[in-house]
Amino acid sequence: MDFTLNEDQLAFQQTARAFARNEFAPHAARWDRECIFPKDVIAKAGALGFCGLYIPESAGGLGLTRLDAAVVFEELAAGCTSTTAYLTIHNMATWMIATWGAPDLVRQWCPTLAQGTKLAWYCLTEPGAGSDAASLRTSARRDGRNYIVDGAKAFISGAGATDVLVLMARTGDAGANGISAFLVPAELPGISYGKNEHKMGWNSQPTRVVNFDNVRVPADYRLGEEGDGFKIAMQGLDGGRVNIGACSIGTAQAAINAAQAHMLERRQFGKKLAEFQALQFKFADMLTELVAARLMIRLAASKLDAAAHNATAFSAMAKRFATDAGFRICVEAQQIFGGYGYLKDHPLERFVRDARVHQILEGTNEIMRVIIAREALKDGALDDLQ
Amino acid sequence: MKILVAVKRVVDFNVKVRVKSDNSGVETANLKMSMNPFDEIAVEEAIKLKEAGSATEIVAVSMGPAVCQETLRSAMAMGADRAILVQTEVELQPLAVAKLLHAILKKENPQLVILGKQAIDDDSNQTGQMLAALANLPQGTFASKVKLSGDGVEVTREIDGGLETVALKLPAIITTDLRLNTPRYVTLPNIMKAKKKPLETMTPESLGVDVKPRLKTLKVQEPPKRKPGAKVADVKELVAKLRSEAKVI
Ligand SMILES: Cc1cc2nc3c(=O)[nH]c(=O)nc-3n(C[C@H](O)[C@H](O)[C@H](O)COP(=O)(O)OP(=O)(O)OC[C@H]3O[C@@H](n4cnc5c(N)ncnc54)[C@H](O)[C@@H]3O)c2cc1C
Repeated sequence: MDFTLNEDQLAFQQTARAFARNEFAPHAARWDRECIFPKDVIAKAGALGFCGLYIPESAGGLGLTRLDAAVVFEELAAGCTSTTAYLTIHNMATWMIATWGAPDLVRQWCPTLAQGTKLAWYCLTEPGAGSDAASLRTSARRDGRNYIVDGAKAFISGAGATDVLVLMARTGDAGANGISAFLVPAELPGISYGKNEHKMGWNSQPTRVVNFDNVRVPADYRLGEEGDGFKIAMQGLDGGRVNIGACSIGTAQAAINAAQAHMLERRQFGKKLAEFQALQFKFADMLTELVAARLMIRLAASKLDAAAHNATAFSAMAKRFATDAGFRICVEAQQIFGGYGYLKDHPLERFVRDARVHQILEGTNEIMRVIIAREALKDGALDDLQ
Repeated sequence: MKILVAVKRVVDFNVKVRVKSDNSGVETANLKMSMNPFDEIAVEEAIKLKEAGSATEIVAVSMGPAVCQETLRSAMAMGADRAILVQTEVELQPLAVAKLLHAILKKENPQLVILGKQAIDDDSNQTGQMLAALANLPQGTFASKVKLSGDGVEVTREIDGGLETVALKLPAIITTDLRLNTPRYVTLPNIMKAKKKPLETMTPESLGVDVKPRLKTLKVQEPPKRKPGAKVADVKELVAKLRSEAKVI
């Protein structure tokens, strides 16, 4: 076993770091303050390959591994958590289209999505169906060569500002097996949007309610078979969770970097903060947790790359651990900054606000425990989950 | 037209360097290393000339231990077509580098050699000039603009008094200044393509060059700590202080 990144990964990391430092970090505070969705910079990110990381080459992507992608997302998130998180959703949705779309659909949409000239979003949650996503009620009724979609989705990232959505809607009976997935162009008549939600963080991407009123979606825009939608949605999220965890550790790394600089600079009681043992211990714990979280994320990514049958459980463990650790580290780094950590002149409070939502979305961390326990309590499962 | 660019592996510009405790140099173990920023500008300029149709081939050259391959891969990921590594563990000083480049020049016969004006580790600012002297070629140093015209090249140079434009006959040596261009980001697909580009390894011996250091470093020290500045209320006070305290006017 070798825990070092390979030559390619190091080069990807270097490009992502330079891009994050120059194109994200200097603007992240303004994007947050003014709720700007930086489509121009996302297009630049697309030109470097960040919009199609693990999309197969046959669909116009780079065909990289999930592990490669996790390394890249971590670096990007250190520059702007929220914009990077949007890029992870875009990669996830594009991967779903590339994996389950009919060949014509893939040809039509994936190359532009993988280049970032068109952008995608993921549309599962409803006002009445959050953690219990399988209870969703938005319906897709077959009508000749079309499906007619009616209903509403909530909390949809990127909605109203992007081009194509991956929609989960009910085509059959109640429960998970009655759900199908669709590619839906955002321009279809009958789609309307709620206001851009006022959020605690993640302000560089819009979040909206989306209403579907008699929206006619061509039947060949369906992804996979009828009834496969929930499975497709969950497989997308297995990767999405690793990505979101990577966003947390990237943010935590930025917080730790800032905290270290502050500890070595700031003096109280005639000493540097770094000389107080209480803070030394705090700092040691922060870094230890960060390294543990990074290993969990990279392990889960490797499980996905190997198509391990229990990758779902590893993704859930990694997401739970990395997003909790990431948030805690950001809060501790903010604490080390004292009052300055509370000011918007420094990025610490933004790190805290942005990282917070990673514990809530793509499945709350309680739901991660539901998933882990479900796997772990199966007879004979423990040997397998080592 | 063939262009040769020289690229050096140096401590990354974001790293705060520390002087070794025995004052023999700076600590480089376990530090992040990158391509010298002025050399990135050199590579970028070569790529722009190729994209404009003026150049047909870009050869990147680096010298030093085997890890310098990484720097050459970066140059090829940016757009260089192939690379040459002169591999040696010996500490290379500007004269040695210039001699090695001269030897490669004789093999490759490029029309243009582009180098950084200096490397951000030792800040020597000598290699390009020494190479021009050894090869007896015209030089345009500190370039902020490069324009090819027929069998020559016009180089706008940043000098103390402002800008100076020199016309050189090809083949010529150019060293880059900061404002020449903004190097592109390496794209992920190009990182993967770069792995397949040819990288040739040579040694000083195979080139017949004696690289023994000629200079001896006696001592490396931290610069004195900067004293805190003072705020002035207005221009009048500033001028008064420049006159009476700083004594610069
Ligand atoms: C900024 C933002 C962006 C989002 N972007 C998207 C998007 O792009 N696309 C999309 O489809 N969705 C998106 N979401 C939705 C997100 O995935 C849901 O908010 C999340 O899954 C939780 O659902 P809920 O809000 O309905 O909470 P609920 O499901 O109502 O949960 C409330 C609380 O109860 C707990 N809980 C629920 N069930 C259980 C249980 N069985 N055991 C223990 N505890 C339980 C939860 O953990 C939570 O703490 C986004 C959300 C936010 C905030």
